[in-house]
Amino acid sequence: MPPKSVHELLEDPEFQKLARQKNAITLTLTVVELVLYFGFIALIAYNKAFLAQKVSEGSAITLGIPIAVGVIVLSWVLTGIYIFWANNKYDAMVKNVKARMGR
Amino acid sequence: MQTQPQQTIIGTLSPVAIFFFLVFIAVTLGITYWAARRTKNAAQFYAAGGGITGLQNGLALAGDYMSAASFLGIAGLVSTKGYDGLIYSVGWLVGWPIVMFLISEPLRNLGKYTFSDVVAFRLRQKPIKTAAAIGSLVTVLFYLTAQMVGAGTLIKLMFNLPYESALFIVGALMIAYVLFGGMLATTWVQIIKAVLLLGGATLLVVLAMSQFGFSYGRLFSEASTKYTGAFLEPGGLITKPLDAFSLGLALMFGTAGLPHILMRFYTVPDAREARKSVFYATGFIGYFYILTVTIGFGAAVLVGRDFITKIDAGGNMAALALAEHIGGGMFLGFLAAVAFATILAVVAGLTLAGASALSHDLYVGVFRHGEANEKEEMKVAKAATVTLGIVAVLLGLLFQRQNVAFMVGLAFAVASSANFPALLMSITWKRFTTTGAVASIYTGLLIAVILIVLSPTVYEDVFQATQVKARTSAAATLTKLDKYSKDPAKTLATLKPKAEALAVAVNTPGATGRIHEANVKELAGLQADIALIEGNRLADALLAAKAAKTKADGEVTKAPFPMKNPGVFSMGGAFLVGILLSLFKREKDAEAKFEAEKVRTYVGIGAEGASSH
Repeated sequence: MPPKSVHELLEDPEFQKLARQKNAITLTLTVVELVLYFGFIALIAYNKAFLAQKVSEGSAITLGIPIAVGVIVLSWVLTGIYIFWANNKYDAMVKNVKARMGR
Repeated sequence: MQTQPQQTIIGTLSPVAIFFFLVFIAVTLGITYWAARRTKNAAQFYAAGGGITGLQNGLALAGDYMSAASFLGIAGLVSTKGYDGLIYSVGWLVGWPIVMFLISEPLRNLGKYTFSDVVAFRLRQKPIKTAAAIGSLVTVLFYLTAQMVGAGTLIKLMFNLPYESALFIVGALMIAYVLFGGMLATTWVQIIKAVLLLGGATLLVVLAMSQFGFSYGRLFSEASTKYTGAFLEPGGLITKPLDAFSLGLALMFGTAGLPHILMRFYTVPDAREARKSVFYATGFIGYFYILTVTIGFGAAVLVGRDFITKIDAGGNMAALALAEHIGGGMFLGFLAAVAFATILAVVAGLTLAGASALSHDLYVGVFRHGEANEKEEMKVAKAATVTLGIVAVLLGLLFQRQNVAFMVGLAFAVASSANFPALLMSITWKRFTTTGAVASIYTGLLIAVILIVLSPTVYEDVFQATQVKARTSAAATLTKLDKYSKDPAKTLATLKPKAEALAVAVNTPGATGRIHEANVKELAGLQADIALIEGNRLADALLAAKAAKTKADGEVTKAPFPMKNPGVFSMGGAFLVGILLSLFKREKDAEAKFEAEKVRTYVGIGAEGASSH
């Protein structure tokens, strides 16, 4: 029985699955981003020595440099992961739900 | 390393810079003319008719966000403070994933032109739109003031143009873009600026890195040799963890509450393009910060920290000094023009966002109960644009001699505390009520503003600027004399050749300009220091310096609020008040409308197709 009204759609298991999956993925990614950045800040606040050590013997580069650049790059990668999921999975689910409602 | 005295033409009106700048103005005004003929109704004025693609909007978002202050400022910070500048730059990027995960799609699906459309979706229009418009306007005005003062100061520094003329040029151009071309012209100005800035910075990095054989290992090894290994380690930026956490909150969630950023999501046709645009924007902005940090380190090694701070004590000219060092006057002129274009684009975006809050939220939403026709709304929007443009110039003039660095921080604090919590709760929480939303917005706004005024950044650095300056210089003198007295003979041996070299530079025929003046000052200081040591007056001077330091310390009244960033309290308070008041009294009407909101949030059924207007 396809949902006809907004109310019925909210009861529709397909819609509920879509909303659940989206919440799960956006929340997880948000938490990962928070941990990533505030973890970096905590390292600076509580363990400067760790960031100050050299990446390898004889190199001037400190571990802090690749870690900082890593936070920037990983933040972007997270947006990439989301967009990959949304473009491939989420949009299809939205299309499906819309089609069932005759829209 | 340097055989002849370093010189710079930064601070002179170079023909190359004028040429590039005129080309930019001609192109952008041409675009404005083209856009003006396509900007006939409100949807076109506020949202470019919803016809911008994800990639275009991604570039425009990046253009809105990458200000001249961040380009020149972060490069300067890295060149003078090393690794601490890199830490700072990371904070400016991390808000973007949050924008994508929590805000971009629901915002596009639920709103029409501004974020207050979303907050007011199922709540009572008038109180919500009033509060949200005030939140937007305060954010925009603080940000705009910081940008205008920065614009005047930078242009003066780059071209030696009077501060007032610089403001009038910026003001006139930004009004022209927004007034005639609306969002379409503003978007294209942002896109062009973003491409120029990313291109210019890339070229600068490639040229700089070619001097290190394209090896970051060599760049960092030379930086560490020149300034010791501490240059590549975290320094004094984060000493108070709670303060750092608070700043992090403001940067992360403030980005998701900036009206001029949020407004951009209505320029794309649907949620899919909205999310794509954040992906592009995050990539461009992240890339830009990596470039800027590289420029900072490159400038520190190739140009030198001393020289950079002689041009401008804050280090803001590091990127331009590097451009001149490796590319000559031509490249310097090009990059200075790009920096000018950057300023223009950012203030245009802010003006449009502020004008929308005035016309769409306040006039139409509150004053006319949401029932104004297209023609009337356009008229008001245009009047608001001109008003806001004039206000921006006046604010720039008013705060000319003030330290406005705190205003960007304040804009982010207000955005994260007044705008973001209400926006997030209205999208996700069924029980959220009008009272809760209004109280949350005002609570966040007030706590953020009050605590910043009571913080050291304003209470000491702004209100007691003279005393703080005296304190800083007294502390510097004490540190210096302390160091001298450890080994006077050795100090003398290092000071003397330095003074001799400087005397040669100062007495070079034809030496003028900013560097010359800085050299003269430094030489006088060195000569006084040498006389002090040779005259055996060091011990007395040290005692006097200690007394002066104690006296200067006593003259600064300590700020009542010890932290620099109020985020924990202002954002926490906004969420808490919003939740408590919503739980206190239910709003049945709002709960009933949540079903429709939820469907629209997730699948976009009923979303405003701005293009169909």
